[in-house]
Amino acid sequence: MVTQMEAPLEIARPDSQPATSRPDVEEKMICREVNVFYGDFHAIRNATLDIHAREVLALMGPSGCGKSTFLRCLNRMNDAVENARVTGTILLDGEDIYAPGIDPVHVRTRVGMVAQAPNPFPKSVYDNIAFGPRLHGFVKGRAELDDLVERSLRRAGLWDEVKDKLDERGTDLSGGQQQRLCIARAIANDPEVLLMDEPVSSLDPNAAAVIENLITELSEEYSIVLITHSMEQTRRVTDRTAFFYLGEIAEAGPTAEVFENPQDERTVDFIRGAFG
Amino acid sequence: MSLTVATYTILVLSLVGYLMGYRWAKNLERGRARRLHSRPHYHGLWVALCMLLPATIAMLAAIALRGAVIDWLVLQQMPESYLADKDRSLVTTRLWTIARDQFGVTNVRDVEEAAAARLLRLTNLANWAIGLGSIAISFGMGVYALRPLSHTFQARNAAERIILWILVACSAVAVLTTAGIVFTLIFDSLRFFSMVSPTEFLFGLDWRPITAIREGQVGQEGSFGFVPVLVGTAQIAFLAILVAGPIGLLSAIYMVEFAPHRVRATAKPVIEVLAGIPTVVYGFFAATLVAPLVRDLGNAIGIPASSESALAAGSVMGIMIIPFVSSLSDDVVSSVPNRLRQAAYTMGATQGETIMRVVLPAALPGLVSALVLAISRAIGETMIVVMAAGLAANLTLNPFESVTTITVQITTVLTGDQPFDSPMTLSAFALALALFAITLMLNLFALQVMERYRDQYD
Amino acid sequence: MTDRSAGATHRYRTAGFDAGLRRRRRRETVLKGLGILSIAIAIGMLVTLFGSIFWQARTAFVQTQIGLEIDIAAEEFEGGADATASAIKGASFRGMVRDALYDRLGGRPDSRAARRDMGAIVSADAPFQLMQDVLDNPDLIGQTRMFWLPASDDVHNLVQGVIDPDTPAADLPVGERVMGWLEELEAQNAIRSAFAWDLFLRSDSRDPEVAGIFAGVVGSALMLTVTLLVSLPLGVAAAVYLEEFAPRNWFTKVIDANIRNLAAVPSIVFGLLALAVFIRVFGMPRSSPLVGGLALSLLTLPTMIIAARAAIAAVPPSLRTAAMELGASKMQTVTKVVLPNALPGILTGTIISMAEALGETAPLLMIGMIAFVADPPSGFLDPAAPLPVQIYTWSTSPERAFAAKTAAAIIVLLLFLFLMNALAIYLRDRLQKKW
Repeated sequence: MVTQMEAPLEIARPDSQPATSRPDVEEKMICREVNVFYGDFHAIRNATLDIHAREVLALMGPSGCGKSTFLRCLNRMNDAVENARVTGTILLDGEDIYAPGIDPVHVRTRVGMVAQAPNPFPKSVYDNIAFGPRLHGFVKGRAELDDLVERSLRRAGLWDEVKDKLDERGTDLSGGQQQRLCIARAIANDPEVLLMDEPVSSLDPNAAAVIENLITELSEEYSIVLITHSMEQTRRVTDRTAFFYLGEIAEAGPTAEVFENPQDERTVDFIRGAFG
Repeated sequence: MSLTVATYTILVLSLVGYLMGYRWAKNLERGRARRLHSRPHYHGLWVALCMLLPATIAMLAAIALRGAVIDWLVLQQMPESYLADKDRSLVTTRLWTIARDQFGVTNVRDVEEAAAARLLRLTNLANWAIGLGSIAISFGMGVYALRPLSHTFQARNAAERIILWILVACSAVAVLTTAGIVFTLIFDSLRFFSMVSPTEFLFGLDWRPITAIREGQVGQEGSFGFVPVLVGTAQIAFLAILVAGPIGLLSAIYMVEFAPHRVRATAKPVIEVLAGIPTVVYGFFAATLVAPLVRDLGNAIGIPASSESALAAGSVMGIMIIPFVSSLSDDVVSSVPNRLRQAAYTMGATQGETIMRVVLPAALPGLVSALVLAISRAIGETMIVVMAAGLAANLTLNPFESVTTITVQITTVLTGDQPFDSPMTLSAFALALALFAITLMLNLFALQVMERYRDQYD
Repeated sequence: MTDRSAGATHRYRTAGFDAGLRRRRRRETVLKGLGILSIAIAIGMLVTLFGSIFWQARTAFVQTQIGLEIDIAAEEFEGGADATASAIKGASFRGMVRDALYDRLGGRPDSRAARRDMGAIVSADAPFQLMQDVLDNPDLIGQTRMFWLPASDDVHNLVQGVIDPDTPAADLPVGERVMGWLEELEAQNAIRSAFAWDLFLRSDSRDPEVAGIFAGVVGSALMLTVTLLVSLPLGVAAAVYLEEFAPRNWFTKVIDANIRNLAAVPSIVFGLLALAVFIRVFGMPRSSPLVGGLALSLLTLPTMIIAARAAIAAVPPSLRTAAMELGASKMQTVTKVVLPNALPGILTGTIISMAEALGETAPLLMIGMIAFVADPPSGFLDPAAPLPVQIYTWSTSPERAFAAKTAAAIIVLLLFLFLMNALAIYLRDRLQKKW
């Protein structure tokens, strides 16, 4: 447990992760000059940020600063909001996800998301996990699907707890289990990027710790973008951090660097306020 | 004395009582330095309520008992020879018919003439007694109420206590109505089942309620087999749901899930207009436009069609309940929490898949109960079927043929000039009991499911 | 880790996925299309219904009239020019109308059948209208004047094009010679179409050409008065008790469940209840607005209570607390603070349930409100046939002209309903406070 919690600190080697992009860093997503408007409200201003392959990126900042809005741009979930408008460029593996002819369904399959409060479907545990693969026709036959469900639950660290109750409703699990079910459901789609909006805020500390470990493990395979309010959590699990303030990115860089030596006035205030 | 006059008298007396109580309290207030416990108008209110309520209750009770007592008194005085072989309730019905000079009664015997006259005389007497009695009660209560008026009398509390009881009584009216319905239907159904066996009613395949020529000819009853009526009712309700179910449900889904705000704001009230149209208008529409169309359609495709086809009545009834289904489904679908939709989108589901695989399964219990409520509404609907469906109880499932329904039969039986106690007339109550029981079960089931559904997402 | 990062296994990067996605999008479009189609069907039905009713009603708003020079000869009246009212009533106006027709159409026909046909050009009610004119103005006696009298329903239908005059003679409601006379009248400019005031000012009649809805409207008004007077106080009192005073116990729960179930009981059952209780037990007169109104009161009570409760519940608790703090009793708080603030909501609910009651028909048939009523009821105990019942009885009448009349009466009924709902919406939007 302890070693796992400290693991991210080892990864976040201050000297090896400069903010500027380097040739050896694989960039999964590139966001340039992203602006979001809800009607007349300018929710995100000129956000420019990269998401590297197999990293955990934290989005931090005071409530209402646009973290969630930015997150929802990355898988085109703002499309579902009436009168929302997104400008700028967001590339996924070099491909503009807002280009005409790109189906948001395709984007969302590649960029998975886990919501703040666990939101399993009112279906069985099995059907929750099988939801995505069935939609997209990823598997042929029951055996393959069984296999995928088991694999996803194992990777979410939930298999041992639910293997005997795959037919029970997902909504009957405990809060922490529900959240891991949602993570398992998301990774069953085999996404490349996983977006998480405060995934542990509604959970008790024990359940939260389990999920934090899971995030660290998953970052070996996926890029993870994590919204969090907890400085400790950010230090524990993330590689880099971006600070949002009133719809702008105040500062972004390797977590340890940003925390220990913040450059922006607003970041300084935020870190001090949050710690103080 | 007419009871109307008595009612007005009591009202006026109560008003006078109010004024007296008010003045009395005013004088008390003026006379001495001590303050009254309650403001003068509460004293007036207390007196008025005392004068109004007991008298009204007594009057209503007396009126309710009047009929039975008079009937009994009149029958007591009739010769045994006349009553010997007759059903007493049929005799009273006949006497009242004679007394009111209705239906051009023929062969009136002297005994009957005299008894009818006595009936009228006694009724008149009873009205006088009831009127004067209630006025006396009102007056007496006024005297009683004025007596305790004093500085210390807590008129406000007393009046408010009475008013609270009035409020309780008003709330109980809903329960009394249900009790009244159940009691009435059961009481008259029992009388029907004393003439026609319940087995015949429940399992008989032939419904032909024949007009009893005149009261007393009980032997003239027709057949009272409920099955074809029930099947006809079910068939028309089924056809109605076949129309309203998909249209109502799909339009609700479109309006909740797809429609831009402006479209929803226009289309929803327009569809609701369908709900505000009286059923008699739908009946006219069914009879004049849809029924001939259905008949021509049937003939065109080679099915001999009745101009009173089940299809015409059923489809128009379907149109009538579209807004019922759509607004209930609208509520149900809207109450599916948004986080489930969001979850489905993040999994890469299209909006259509989100609806079909997440929203509708989650909403299923609510949708089922909405459809059940709609079916119950269709079963109880009267005017459309009276105007567009048939009278003959054909046992058929062909929608182009004419069938009849429970409500049609109730209406037909009760709108003829029928003596009250024939099995034909009473069959209406047995039918209504069946109708009430069926719709009540459907409603209870639907409301139960709906409540549990709502609790789930609250 | 490394084998996954290759990314080659991602199954959504295949052409198969894209093709599947296009198929999925098509299915979504179908669902959306079905939704739009359903709404279109529902609205289409509404338009068809209104359209068919307006189309059928078009000929009911005009009355076809025949112009006749009628000689109101003094010798026809007992007492001559100074005839008393009863003497006027005894005169043969039917003969005067017939004679005027014979004059107009070239003399008295020889055969009795022809005379009957000719007489049937004008309404059977025409002599009574003439009599009424003379009663109103006895100076007419001894004069010869032009009178415009209503034509019979068959003539009306032919003139107004309800029946195409070119249909084969066998299918026409009148014989060939009548068609000839009509042409003659037309040529003499003795046929005109006037606005059918009779439709609104007169009451029911066996003759469709002069039947009107006045008695029906009066009957409905009387009945709704009773309904309003009973259900408003009862509904508000029950709502006040349930919202403000009732303890949350089994009794309240029973009442609650009861009200909801009662709202879904078929309306015809309320008719049977009224028949059994008000007519048989309390001996109230059949067909009367009193009994009809009471039946509708019980029917609308659940709606009333639910609406009033919602309005009362919407009054913010802070107002109640404020009143109580000022020393008002619970009852005073309710009457002085809660009810005035809930009033707009209660009024809206009341109007909506009155509109519901106005269109209700089935329960009224149960209490004998189906009798032919030729005179407007003058009190709550007189026999009445409210508007919806009149629509029903007209629609079942065999005379063809009644179909148009029915449609016209429906338009009037819908107009009343529209006005009531508009008023309710106005009240809701303008008077309701936004907390």
